[in-house]
Amino acid sequence: MSEMDETEGTEGAGVPVAPHRVIGTPPPSPRLLGSTAAPREPSAGEVALVSDEEEFEEHLEGLPPDDPQVIVHGKRAEQVVAACFTLAFLAGCGFVAAYVGLGVHTVDKTVRSNLWLGVSLSITLLALGLGVLVWVRHLMPNVEVTQERHDLRSPEEERQATEAYFKEGTANSQFVKRPLVRRTLMLGTLPLLAAPIVLLRDLGPQPGTSLRHTVWSPGRRLLVQGINQPITPAQFSAPGSMITIVPDGYEDDQDALAKAAVILIKFRPGELHIPTRRQGGTLVGTMNWTVDNIVAYSKICTHVGCPVALYEQTTHHILCPCHQSTFDAPTGATVIFGPATRPLPQLPLTTDSQGYLVAQSDFTEPVGPSFWERG
Amino acid sequence: MSRPTDNSDTDFDVSKPLKGTAGWFDDRFGGARGVRTYLLRKVYPDHWTFLLGEIALYSFIILLLTGTFLSFFFVPSTNEVLYHGSYMKLDGIKMSEAYASTLRISFDVRGGLLIRQIHHWAADLFMAALIIHMLRVFFTGAYRKPREVNWLIGILLFSLALIEGLFGYSLPDDQLSGAGLRIFEGVLQGIPIVGTYLAFFLFGGPFPGHDIVPRMYMLHILLIPGILLALITAHIFIMFWQKHTQMPGKGITERNVVGQPSYPYFVAKTSAWFIFIFGALALLATFAQINPVWLYGPYTPVAISSASQPDFYLGILEGALRMMPAWEWNFLGHTITFSVLIPFALPLTIILGGAAFWPFFERWATGDKSYHHVNDRPRNAPVRTGIGMAAVVFYGVLWVEGANDVVADFLQIPLYTVTWISRVLVIVGPIVAYFITKRVCLGLQRKDREELLHGYETGIIRQLPHGEFIEVHKPVNEDKRAVLEAKKVHALMPGPGAEDPNGVPAPSSRGMLGRARALANRAFAESIPVEADGHGNGHGPEGAGEEHAAVGSAGGSPAQLPSGDSSDEDAGSS
Repeated sequence: MSEMDETEGTEGAGVPVAPHRVIGTPPPSPRLLGSTAAPREPSAGEVALVSDEEEFEEHLEGLPPDDPQVIVHGKRAEQVVAACFTLAFLAGCGFVAAYVGLGVHTVDKTVRSNLWLGVSLSITLLALGLGVLVWVRHLMPNVEVTQERHDLRSPEEERQATEAYFKEGTANSQFVKRPLVRRTLMLGTLPLLAAPIVLLRDLGPQPGTSLRHTVWSPGRRLLVQGINQPITPAQFSAPGSMITIVPDGYEDDQDALAKAAVILIKFRPGELHIPTRRQGGTLVGTMNWTVDNIVAYSKICTHVGCPVALYEQTTHHILCPCHQSTFDAPTGATVIFGPATRPLPQLPLTTDSQGYLVAQSDFTEPVGPSFWERG
Repeated sequence: MSRPTDNSDTDFDVSKPLKGTAGWFDDRFGGARGVRTYLLRKVYPDHWTFLLGEIALYSFIILLLTGTFLSFFFVPSTNEVLYHGSYMKLDGIKMSEAYASTLRISFDVRGGLLIRQIHHWAADLFMAALIIHMLRVFFTGAYRKPREVNWLIGILLFSLALIEGLFGYSLPDDQLSGAGLRIFEGVLQGIPIVGTYLAFFLFGGPFPGHDIVPRMYMLHILLIPGILLALITAHIFIMFWQKHTQMPGKGITERNVVGQPSYPYFVAKTSAWFIFIFGALALLATFAQINPVWLYGPYTPVAISSASQPDFYLGILEGALRMMPAWEWNFLGHTITFSVLIPFALPLTIILGGAAFWPFFERWATGDKSYHHVNDRPRNAPVRTGIGMAAVVFYGVLWVEGANDVVADFLQIPLYTVTWISRVLVIVGPIVAYFITKRVCLGLQRKDREELLHGYETGIIRQLPHGEFIEVHKPVNEDKRAVLEAKKVHALMPGPGAEDPNGVPAPSSRGMLGRARALANRAFAESIPVEADGHGNGHGPEGAGEEHAAVGSAGGSPAQLPSGDSSDEDAGSS
């Protein structure tokens, strides 16, 4: 302890100030209650206070507490702290008042209530924090303490004693000696360990083939999303437009729509060139799935299932806003950029006796993201 | 501890309640000594970077408080209701009870909007603080022995917090969070063999179903916070037991802790810090709108808005999904979608797995098995700092790519170009960052050596009697010297294929692994030695003084500055 003081004392006199200050550290201001950056009085600088059995060294920095400068400074700091706490009290009262006095239930009132509640709460908290901070920094003496670290590793003899005791206990338990007991114990607990997994089985149904089908079926009408009205090819005659379609009877069924949502695009004559593609081993000419240059694709992205909601009329590109998979609409929604690996499935279209657009059948391949069993 | 006070007559006498209440407890539990030694007097070192972990801790506490309030009003159900609340724009719209109750919290519960926004801001602050805290621990080497376990707990905390955040902001069932859930479900489906079942069991059937919101709610308010709380307790207890690391400095050794005692200093400071963080979050919640779910509308799988982004901490996954080129295999009737699997698994595995693996790799490569309580300055560990910067760049590229549409719009360059740039950068960037950082670190080490050997430039020009001008250098002060001298250099292990004088290969460098280890060791040991070459003993205060005397005394000038007049010299230079 005394050795520490000595070194501190001799160096304290002439410690050259560092060439530059680290950002965020306090400037070498004349802090009365001491700061490590400020030059210190060598004689009164360190006061030995406590040193006891816990190898605990403490020294106080700055001027002694009975110095007149310190007393004046302390008085002023005390006033600042008290002002902060008083402000916190007033703002806290304001918070309660704002809660009682300002109602909600409309957007404007909510905005007003949020503003006053928030401002008063913020002021309360920040004033309290500031008060405590000034208190610590200007009223409490600046103490620096040096404490010994204890050895984390146990002494060797302790380790050996523990090991010996554990060995003895293990021997006494007969756990090692009697393999029959040991093995049947393990056998007995094994099914129990599986129980939590078994119990989770009823969390959901087996997938089965549900990912392969949607609610589209032959003759089901296409409804325009939003107005939920069927549509004829003549009503959808402006080339270059795209609308979202939901299946008749499932307009509000989120589970059905998550797979069955469709986009409908109208082309000028001659623009549409859907190539014949191989599907399930057979060649499918999907041009005859279109009606009057109108084509229907699944709206569910084949990447991870976002709705492909953006359509660029000039380039005929369908874009998924989530991860920017880009599909070329005239050529069967083939992927031209992005992480999607497969074209958007095409819904076979036809018209019913009343001239409305209907599905010829369900999609002929699973819609949406890939899955292990998809094949 | 007793201390003289200036006005003892107004003192509040603390001995009464102490004897009463504390005595009552000590009668029953004992522990006066333990409380004094381990709680009241525990020493906390002071450094601004040590506040980062506290930010994380306190935002977690604020999350618990505000979350409890929200749970009084939130209804975790996707049953459809017709909305007739205070937000007129959505009047008469069909929506889930979850969304409707979130609107109710926002517009019909006094203070609800404020608490909701504090909760969301606190979640973002929690994640940000975790990230910066982990960076601090990594770059200063504070994860080294004996703190590896706490480092691993920290990584676990971060991973769980990611899931906690995802579930939390998916709960309101608005259009934006629903799109996030849809992506989450699509990614789950992409996992080979078990993916489809995982998705069906979690969602209780095909997406979206009606089970996911209540299930996420339970996980979000009970299971994951419970585990987080347990892990945080363990994290703090271990930190408490092993004591804090310290930055190098004067009087700091591997055997001591220098700082302020817990009571009253640290307790007061950290309380102020907690209140400040709460205040800052309240201020943000008042003036910075976050997650205005009423603008997004209720979720429907048919619609989406453009420029949809998740909360920032999931940006890396979003970016990885956007960056990945299309790649899918079909074999034996099964599908493996690498364009989903790789973005889902690889970046986080590289960063979190790499972080978990790193302390053990470093130990293996350096052969350093000693305790470390004094932190490294990042420049003094160029390989670690380089790897850390590589990880930062890797994360950063993926994160920015997560908003590639916004970037493309902002910089007015085509979207696909942004993606292509990021595809290149995500591989090239980290490599370049590693080498640049390593060189910068070594350069800074050279500067440190210069400063230690020759002092720093004072800006004072002196003319020597024979006409030569010199700039006066002054030795660095004690504090700085202690910091500079704290650098440790790793001992070199035998090189690859090294042999002893008898031609026997060193056992440690044998085999493939041994050669790899020897190579890694060479990289780790690269350092600028402090006591070097030709400068003789430019070490220690006296040595440095002589050095300057030698420079200055060529013409007998007083270039060696006595330390006494340091203050006015310093004033002249500034």
